[in-house]
Amino acid sequence: MRKALPLIIAGLLAVLPLLGLSSYWMHILILVIMWSVIGMAWNLLGGYCGQVSFGHAAFFGVGAYTAGILYNKAHLSAWWGMPLSIVFVTIVALIIGYICLRLRGPFFALGTLAIGVILRVTAENLTGITEGDLGIMLQERTWIDKTWYFYIVLALAVVTFIAVKMIIESKLGYYFVAIREDQDAAESLGINTTLYKTVALSLSAVFTGLAGAFYMNYMGYIDPKIVFALHDISIVTIMVVMVGGVATYWGPFVGAIIMVFLAEIIRTIPKLGAAHHTFFGILLIVIIIFLPNGIVGDLPKLKKLLRIGKAA
Amino acid sequence: MTSVQLEVLLQTLISGLLLGGLYALIGIGMTLIMGVMKIINLAHGELMMVAMYIAYVLFSSFHIDPYLSILIAAPALFGLGVLLQKYLINPVLKVEAIIPENQVILTVGIGMVLANIATIIFSSDYKTTPVEYATKAWYLSDYWRESPIELSLSMPWSVSFCVALVITASLWFFLTKTDMGKSIRATAQDKDAALLMGVNVERMRVFTFGLGSALVGSAGCLFIPIYYLYPDLGGQFTLIAFVITILGGLGSTVGAIVGGLILGVFESLTATYAGMGWAPVGRFMIFVAALIFVPGGIMSLFKKRRLGK
Repeated sequence: MRKALPLIIAGLLAVLPLLGLSSYWMHILILVIMWSVIGMAWNLLGGYCGQVSFGHAAFFGVGAYTAGILYNKAHLSAWWGMPLSIVFVTIVALIIGYICLRLRGPFFALGTLAIGVILRVTAENLTGITEGDLGIMLQERTWIDKTWYFYIVLALAVVTFIAVKMIIESKLGYYFVAIREDQDAAESLGINTTLYKTVALSLSAVFTGLAGAFYMNYMGYIDPKIVFALHDISIVTIMVVMVGGVATYWGPFVGAIIMVFLAEIIRTIPKLGAAHHTFFGILLIVIIIFLPNGIVGDLPKLKKLLRIGKAA
Repeated sequence: MTSVQLEVLLQTLISGLLLGGLYALIGIGMTLIMGVMKIINLAHGELMMVAMYIAYVLFSSFHIDPYLSILIAAPALFGLGVLLQKYLINPVLKVEAIIPENQVILTVGIGMVLANIATIIFSSDYKTTPVEYATKAWYLSDYWRESPIELSLSMPWSVSFCVALVITASLWFFLTKTDMGKSIRATAQDKDAALLMGVNVERMRVFTFGLGSALVGSAGCLFIPIYYLYPDLGGQFTLIAFVITILGGLGSTVGAIVGGLILGVFESLTATYAGMGWAPVGRFMIFVAALIFVPGGIMSLFKKRRLGK
């Protein structure tokens, strides 16, 4: 049962479009799956390797801009951005890793945060390449219907899930966890921590970049403030993982469902729409204080709490 | 170099130094918190934003001069800092979690809530406090008629700079000469040893967080006569404070002052010679350069030299 669970969920998701859901619900589903891809990617670096990144918008943005610039300057289909973003995002990740991975813990977090801001400002100012604040817009979308977008992002999610699972269950995954638990001890056992942290960062970045390239194709419009956003991309990425469950396979998925639905629900309440950051912030504070490992990570704790509630 | 170019350069350096003095005050608050509590306060800029709104409200409803509002905003921020530390951050420090950076993420959450509440109350419009001395300046030619170049010194900038100096000096006095200050420094150096010496470490942490918030709050009051105000301004100042602490060396007060001045000068140089939009990039170039070439911060350079002798 446990082993078949990923298959069952992927299968269920695959038949969902056949139900004839409205365009709005398809959009929500696509967003949920896209965010779980980003969450899984972040989890690889943050949850397993212990390197908390506050700048995943950097990779997301580079992926999106790879697709956008290809379309805008090279007049290719923006879908070419998906394979090509792997190359560009890896290069960016290696540079960022070279600079930031010499920092530890919270300093790494802030270093990546700064890099995210640098890339945003750069994208705003390099108007010759990125069109600056005007952004890049696709003149025509590939499909009007959302079904194919759904299947593409679902395929991406399945690939990410399998890749993360394979990595974590291999030797590499044990290295990552060893680095998270104690970097000095890992180093003294002969693990080249710098190398493996760079590997974790690059892998995480590549999947985030792929999600970014998909976003460009799906939404059809990007500008630096959207794709390099600190709160709406980087912090939400962290929240998806924190709420769902740090260092769990299903955490990012659960987190993505909660975050996307929460955002949509708050947006529909009149007057409260502007306050969605407050709700996100309060949710983040509550989760950190009461369920520091997220809903999936602290499932035993949650069950215990509920059982006590029932008994009393 | 023609005299015009020289004029621009000198003027840039002057405004850079004045800006740097204010940056130093923001940086000191962060470096204090970082030194004593070993956590990074990512809500630092948002706390400053709160102080700026307090000053703004005091100015627009009661016509209190922004400089005087330091006396109200700084204690208010001290209280806010103490509450945050006592009821949110301290409990999280005790929680066991997979990711050790939980407190940092917590401060992000606090910052988000503060910024968003400010947006709801004050809307996201740009606000200013139109004080009558805002555009006043002293010109070099007024004092030296035959001067070949013309330089000006903006009055609010200079006043802010001087107040920042006074606050920094009194903080230095507090940290080095008083009992409380010594306890804070002891806690920063070695928490366990301080505990054994009878220092109430818990109380020092709460107090330091309050003090750091009060410092950045007064920096906010000094900024408001010369800067505009909007709810999302906090984020950029958090980053500035962080860059300063990295540049100056973690937990070093003198380093924060030096780092602040360097950052101010460099930023105003990039703004003049590369364009306003690039100023934030200049800021982070310095940050990256500091990480690669002087990872221990500027103060570590001095220490090494002393050891060499």
